[in-house]
Amino acid sequence: MRILVCISRVPDTTSKITFNNDQTELNSGDLQYIINPYDEIALTRAIELSQGGSGSVTVIHVGQENSDPIIRKALSYGADEAIRIDAPARDAWFVANQIASYVQNNPFDVILTGRESIDYNGAQLAALLGELLQIPSVSIAKKIEINDNQAQIDREIEGGKEALTVSLPVVIGTAEGVAEPIIPNIRGIMGARSKPLHVVAPIEVSELGSITNYESPQPRGTVQIVEQVDQLVALLHTQAKVI
Amino acid sequence: MAILVYIENTAGKLKKSAFELASYAKSIGDQVGESITALSIGEVPQNELEKLGQYGVSKILTVNQNETNQFINSAYASIIASAVQQENAKLVILSNSFSGKGLAPRVAAKLTAGLADGAISLPSFEGEKMHIKKSAFSNKAFANLTVVSAIKVISLNPNAFEIKENKTDVEITAFTPSIQATDFNTIVKEIVRASDKVPLAEAEIVVSAGRGLKGPENWGMIEELAAVLGAATACSKPVSDAGWRPHSEHVGQTGIVVSPNLYIAVGISGAIQHLAGVSSSKTIVVINKDPEAPFFKVADYGIVGDAFEIIPQLTQAIKNLKGQ
Repeated sequence: MRILVCISRVPDTTSKITFNNDQTELNSGDLQYIINPYDEIALTRAIELSQGGSGSVTVIHVGQENSDPIIRKALSYGADEAIRIDAPARDAWFVANQIASYVQNNPFDVILTGRESIDYNGAQLAALLGELLQIPSVSIAKKIEINDNQAQIDREIEGGKEALTVSLPVVIGTAEGVAEPIIPNIRGIMGARSKPLHVVAPIEVSELGSITNYESPQPRGTVQIVEQVDQLVALLHTQAKVI
Repeated sequence: MAILVYIENTAGKLKKSAFELASYAKSIGDQVGESITALSIGEVPQNELEKLGQYGVSKILTVNQNETNQFINSAYASIIASAVQQENAKLVILSNSFSGKGLAPRVAAKLTAGLADGAISLPSFEGEKMHIKKSAFSNKAFANLTVVSAIKVISLNPNAFEIKENKTDVEITAFTPSIQATDFNTIVKEIVRASDKVPLAEAEIVVSAGRGLKGPENWGMIEELAAVLGAATACSKPVSDAGWRPHSEHVGQTGIVVSPNLYIAVGISGAIQHLAGVSSSKTIVVINKDPEAPFFKVADYGIVGDAFEIIPQLTQAIKNLKGQ
């Protein structure tokens, strides 16, 4: 079974997000970049699924050379090889088309992505890939099992879950609960240096939209500290009018 | 620029998002001089569908065939694309719900349309271009998008647009879409839904608790408070990581992002990752025994004190208020 895991590079979750003066670009200078946390879950599950069989795990990333550290990190977790499509990750549509183009020439049985990236929160990639490749997709999976050329997937729905059986090949966006992220060991880290990282040229993709500029949230007013519960309830009822 | 809205139902009952989408679409329709067509898939009673007329929808296309009664994103995307074609729609609006997230990108890709995912504002139009605001960095910031494709798709965040009444005469028509067998490579085996619980992403009030509660056995008082408020329950990441509560309750940057009218945080210190997930709540109440807890800095109201004393008092006080 050939598994492909799509990883994206995002600012660390503790980052303060600020922009340049005209609010058109993210101030990336001081940011620490990591593998998107949901993609780490996907990668961990891919490695679990490939163990004990003849499976292989390939990591794919759309980005430039400054992404190589996170790609090597993904290899240190236990992925077998990595593909980097050499272009800035313009948006989900661009990334999905790059990956779909690669997969059309290099088929996989299971394609995993994180449910969303924690920077632009699009949650688009899994479903875009499914449509571009004309295969099933499940966007927010809580549980993934693969057997007999089928995937058994629990999908998150409002207030519960839906159990699905999906034929392979399939694209799955993974959420929390699918796997517990692992910590790479020394052998993994050493081994990652010698694993193949193929750099592939991008294809042309037409632009459907773009980000014009950013806004930071308005600062909230000062907190009103109250002593008594009754006072709080009165304020919520008459001032905030939320209960 | 005809506008098509895809509305969701749960077991034949329209979801709250259906009315948010109808109100939102109507506001856009009024801006550009277009009427609103809604698409409903699955078995929904006529009198339930007619409710959409209260919110500005003038035409409803219904698809009610056996094989489409259960949500399968690939099949539903084909149905929506087929309705877009029939109606010659240039703008498609969906909910950014769990199902919507699996559906909207497929619809957009089918139509080679730009997708404004997680939109939180009304769009504005400039010739062929559409400008719209979306949440980014899990609400640590917002991005203004420009969509340039001929057909445009918007997925609207839950609770981002207020429901507005706008009575319109509504006509309901059966619609026969073109679907392919390959759209059904997914089989829904079972749906498990806690029907007595308010879904977190749609909730108007959320009661959330953190490690300050000391253990999962102490969640009873949180659930009682949530029950009197008609609220959903939520938790911080350490709590779901420890297995005290399910992951589906984890609110924050790597969990669910919520924007309720009222968010009550009990015994949560307020790490930056958690604050990102709740910052667009309209009113935030923080209850924490540590007056230095960072959460107080973003709260509207706060009580410094012991949750084990305050929560039962608060539940009682709200019961008293509701009893009046």
